[in-house]
Amino acid sequence: MPSLGADMVAGTIIEWLVKPGDPIKRGDIIAVVDTEKATIEVEVFMTGIIESILIPAGEKVPVGTALALIRDGEVAAPPREAAKPLVAEPANPLVAGPVTAPAIPRPAAPVTPVTRPPTAPLPHEVTPAAAKRLRISPVAMRMALEMQVDLSKVEGTGPGGAIGKADIERTMKSAVRALAPPPVMAPSPPVAAEAAAAVAKPLLAPAERKLAMRRAIAAAMARSKREIPHYYLTTSIDMGNALAWLQAENLKRSVNERLLYSVFLLKAVALAARQIPEMNGFWIDNQFKPGEAIHVGVAISSRQGGLIAPAIHDVDKKNTDEIMLSLRELVKRVRAGILRSSEIADATITVSSLGEQGVESVFGVIYPPQVALVGFGKIVERPWAINGMLGVRPIIMASLAADHRASDGHRGALFLAAINSLLQEPQKL
Amino acid sequence: MSSDGQTVHMTYREAMRQALRDALLRDPRVFLMGEDIGRYGGCYAVTKGLLEEFGPERIRDTPLSESAFVGAGIGAALGGMRPIVEIMTVNFSLLALDQIVNNAATMLHMSGGQFNIPLVIRMTTGAGRQLAAQHSHSLEGWYAHIPGLRIVAPATLQDARGMLWTALEDPDPVLIFEHNGLYNMEGDLAADAGAVDLDKAAIQRSGTDVSLITYGGSLWKTLSAAEELTQLKLNAEVIDLRSLRPLDTATIIESLRRTHRAVIIDEGWRSGSISAEISARIMEEAFYELDAPVARICSAEVPIPYSKHLEEAALPQTTAIVQAVSQMVGGHG
Repeated sequence: MPSLGADMVAGTIIEWLVKPGDPIKRGDIIAVVDTEKATIEVEVFMTGIIESILIPAGEKVPVGTALALIRDGEVAAPPREAAKPLVAEPANPLVAGPVTAPAIPRPAAPVTPVTRPPTAPLPHEVTPAAAKRLRISPVAMRMALEMQVDLSKVEGTGPGGAIGKADIERTMKSAVRALAPPPVMAPSPPVAAEAAAAVAKPLLAPAERKLAMRRAIAAAMARSKREIPHYYLTTSIDMGNALAWLQAENLKRSVNERLLYSVFLLKAVALAARQIPEMNGFWIDNQFKPGEAIHVGVAISSRQGGLIAPAIHDVDKKNTDEIMLSLRELVKRVRAGILRSSEIADATITVSSLGEQGVESVFGVIYPPQVALVGFGKIVERPWAINGMLGVRPIIMASLAADHRASDGHRGALFLAAINSLLQEPQKL
Repeated sequence: MSSDGQTVHMTYREAMRQALRDALLRDPRVFLMGEDIGRYGGCYAVTKGLLEEFGPERIRDTPLSESAFVGAGIGAALGGMRPIVEIMTVNFSLLALDQIVNNAATMLHMSGGQFNIPLVIRMTTGAGRQLAAQHSHSLEGWYAHIPGLRIVAPATLQDARGMLWTALEDPDPVLIFEHNGLYNMEGDLAADAGAVDLDKAAIQRSGTDVSLITYGGSLWKTLSAAEELTQLKLNAEVIDLRSLRPLDTATIIESLRRTHRAVIIDEGWRSGSISAEISARIMEEAFYELDAPVARICSAEVPIPYSKHLEEAALPQTTAIVQAVSQMVGGHG
């Protein structure tokens, strides 16, 4: 069960979209999971073949529980239909390559349990079916799962070299946990998403869901305010150039293809984060861990109430059309209550816009373990002096809430200034 | 210490005798029965002086027939009395096993809840006094197997003084196991010490690195081991079970949540023992708290030898406890 956010402790499998024998490739959506916040499509973090499903649909299990076994190995990503003959062969569908004798079936390659998002893969030693069984005490195993410790990096000092509680604690103190977001994933076939949306029903009643989401938000936000020393900076940004360019561009487009100015804000934040990398990443194990890509979390309020901030991946590398497409898709799926695991888990920085609600500035609360949140208010017309002349310009107030453990005000100021200057040249975004 | 801080220095034997006197004085239905408890004063001298004080009606010497006098005790309890039956050692109690298991423990059930048996049986248990294989065994774990009995093992002066009255208040049979090595133990007891509960295990020493779970005569060896372990920078928690049936599993599990390691010290034999039961419950209820396999220090699986060095070698000793803990902790210190 992947951790789909810092505040998630358990999830319910609503539906499996694969069955044993199905070939899968990294990024495929294999299951739909209900968390306290939303219904999430779980993307698989490796390529292989589904060996068996360990947790049936309908069961609620804690984060870290193995959901399925995946046979390792490079599969040439055959289409789904190709799986059928494999399944239809009851003799020994799991043996790859030539079978010389009808011997006892042996998996051709090690099998890896689906327990985590790609951020923290479990080492193969933990696998029940793996050749070498890890010597680890039950409490150490439980702690390793809870804290997402990579057991292959833990040296056991207990009797017989067993890993004990003290070994896990030592590793937690010294080692840097790898929390590398995955490289960009191709969007899953929309067909699969639609199918999932059609069948997946959230298991919680609306009132329960509302309460659960409130509690989840409470946990994350309380943790943020408890642990993160926020500092805040604001600046007023002249949106005249951006809006003028946008208006001209949109005139050429059909209604469906038109852009929103939010796209510029997102792109500017992503490009600024590339210049000032201290804003993009995570504070983990007492140190800053830069994000390996720039995935911008977009705070979106859901219709039932509550808030969720799923990520648009690699915003710095996408053009404005692609960002618009992602944004539209994301808002639609948040409102429908269906999200993908990578969207939930991967954001490296968050943007919160409350302009539509009429406020002029936002002082955000950082979503841990991220280190920065950029807030935007509404665009208002203001008297504005440029080169000694007074004019009326559309002005937006940009704010930065940043983690003072990861960066200082000087860098934060440069970051906001970078956003400002990027927004002055919309054609380059 | 009493509420006003007054304490009295005495032996475990004296605390037990005070408990008996107190019961005889408080409740006219209470009387004592057993071999040599009257004129001889009890083979461990616990009842010394009671015949003179309370007379032969209430302090009754019995023939050497455990089955008969335990059965008589059951009858007296059925008849409304509150008998305290003393059996010289747990080995001899086997002669009364039919009365204890088939009658005392089952009567409430067989009578459809009509007849309670408010009987208290005291007996000595354990080795260490060179009394050889027919007087030295620790069979309390066997009795702890039987539904319908309550099994307690006072290891401290407070419990020697306080468990008897609570046992008498229980409407059903209670067996009190007194380790023969404890009678001469001296200590300070509050002047106003009285009844204690029979339900909860007691944490005799708080610690963080390992839970040492024991009862009865092994408590003091275990506490010495815990002191020695401080030299290895290990902080052991010591649990005195006090009651073997029912077992206070909650206290054990709570302790495990703090220490994540358990060593059980039981003078009974390992196979099919109360230590095996405790270990099984830890597996059932606290598996994911464990940082090491549960370890047990039990008596060697031999009839307890007579000769001193062999007897010592057969019993759980402080050094073995220290060794087991340091091996278990290994490099994790």
